[in-house]
Amino acid sequence: MLTDRTAVVTGASRGIGRAIALHLAREGADAALIYFAAAKQVSPEQLSPEQVAAEKVIAEVTSYGRRAKAYLCDVADFAWARDTCGQIMEDFGRVDILINNAGIVRDSLILKMSEADYDAVLDTNLKGAFNFSRHLSRALLKSPAGRIINISSVSGLTGNPGQANYSASKAGLIGLTKTLAKELASRRVTVNAIAPGLIATDMTANLEKSDQNAAEALKAGIPLKRIGQPEEVAALAAFLASDAAAYITGEVIRVDGGMCI
Amino acid sequence: MSHNKMLQGITEILREYKSADDLEVTEETTFESLSLDSLDTVELVMMVEEKFSVTIEMAKGIKAVADLMSAIEKAE
Repeated sequence: MLTDRTAVVTGASRGIGRAIALHLAREGADAALIYFAAAKQVSPEQLSPEQVAAEKVIAEVTSYGRRAKAYLCDVADFAWARDTCGQIMEDFGRVDILINNAGIVRDSLILKMSEADYDAVLDTNLKGAFNFSRHLSRALLKSPAGRIINISSVSGLTGNPGQANYSASKAGLIGLTKTLAKELASRRVTVNAIAPGLIATDMTANLEKSDQNAAEALKAGIPLKRIGQPEEVAALAAFLASDAAAYITGEVIRVDGGMCI
Repeated sequence: MSHNKMLQGITEILREYKSADDLEVTEETTFESLSLDSLDTVELVMMVEEKFSVTIEMAKGIKAVADLMSAIEKAE
């Protein structure tokens, strides 16, 4: 149980982040939800789709009797992340669990990959995790059971054509995980990574839309012959966040239906 | 800032950090002798930065109160 722990989840309005935030809340944790709307707001009165999604997550967390608040923040922005983490500490008074989940894709073969697409993916996926770990490490050290869980990817373990930027960022997260595990271990803070395979989210839906053949080929290569659900990743995150997992740190665990055996 | 004032400020921080109101602190006091590790040292430096409104260059050489005092002087 995670009663009275506070969790910060980046990329919490959709997909795996949303599932993790909800699962942690069901286990008793309060949730600070980080989301980002890349597109400019149409008007102040009109909520962006991301805001609407974040509000729905808040409503669901609240229905479990837990506190939730959403924060608009580009995780790639060091100063913005610092201010957001400061606001979270003001609002919740503590942080016990950090889920670095925010991630984007800008796929293209290396021959054609733009510098902007490389930078954008590294900035959000890898630097974003650094930014939040950096700004919340002091709070996590004070927690009786601090947890950082980085959402990596099987793409970071095996590489994946078209994803030079994405797989580099996800492999980078594994290095970050191992170093932070060693740095923070003396305060009982554990740091682990989850490497999901093909999970049913907007990210993979886009892949199916844009390249059905590639999506089918991917599915055929999964021993369990199906796409995973966000909840199946969230269940592992909740376990790693729990006291039962206190002796697991610096580990990378795949949730991929056997894709990378 | 005077040496005394600096030492007094650092003593206050260390007493608070160790939850020991009667902790004796001199310039020669090492962090190791107070059972403080590298993470503690970083936290202490951050507390010193807040208290004295300075930004301290985090060098590996900060092992004793005297090191912290010269780091504050350098930052001023």
